Amino acid sequence: MTLPPYAQLLGIVAERDAGAPTELVMPFTPEVLGRPGFVHGGALGGLLEMAAIVALTEALGADAARVKPINVTVDFMRGGREKPTRAAGTVTRLGTRIANVEAVAWQDSRDKPIAAARMLYLLVR
Amino acid sequence: MRTQPTFRFDPARFFEARTGGHGAVVGIGYQAHGDDWAELTLPYDERLIGDVATGVIASGPILTLMDMATSVAIWLKRGQFVPQATLDLRIDYLRPATPGRTVIGRGECYRLTRSIAFVRGQAHDGDPDDPLAHVAGTFMFTEVGMSTGVGMATGVAK
Repeated sequence: MTLPPYAQLLGIVAERDAGAPTELVMPFTPEVLGRPGFVHGGALGGLLEMAAIVALTEALGADAARVKPINVTVDFMRGGREKPTRAAGTVTRLGTRIANVEAVAWQDSRDKPIAAARMLYLLVR
Repeated sequence: MRTQPTFRFDPARFFEARTGGHGAVVGIGYQAHGDDWAELTLPYDERLIGDVATGVIASGPILTLMDMATSVAIWLKRGQFVPQATLDLRIDYLRPATPGRTVIGRGECYRLTRSIAFVRGQAHDGDPDDPLAHVAGTFMFTEVGMSTGVGMATGVAK
């Protein structure tokens, strides 16, 4: 999938390795800066939502369902520092009408997430 | 003990003085405020589009808008600019934002404790009675010098 303009504004690049879930990478740029030296929480949230949509789109595959966000809950755990932030989504349930998706964002190690999100999507066919 | 600054937090001047950062990049501006609430604007911008087929902006910029509006509401209720970090934020997306319209986000701080602020808010694109998003969240106050750096901050402390 092609990432939308908003993902490009954040500088997000998709890394796809065969056999591994897609990871998104967001570099530390003035565009994502919050208070000095830290990634803005809104940019982190935007990255998490994009990771969730990528994971859901891949899980849907050839299924042409349209995806509408119902809600998102973001937990902020650590400050994002001046380095790239990575994120990946996981589809925890893919139903006929509703999809539950989780996403985590990390910098140094995936075991130390800096933020995580839980999302509900409506699938419209 | 540190002495507290005596000036009151002024969101209009805060946004005027802002020099950059994510909030400025997505175009968030000041509109109005009261004792415990703030209204910020997010003008429509093609760079924010999340769905190219419809031109609807991504949900991320609305998250940023509401994070900042609720954050400013806390500074207003406390009467001063103090370091704080978002602990969590939940957004219900009631309907898509209409392409071309400015989104207005209103954040309110409805409860303060010694270390936690509880916030809520709504976003609309012209009619406050037809909101497009509803938010609820919590912030934590972080001491200068021992800041954990969690989450966001809306920009540059002067």
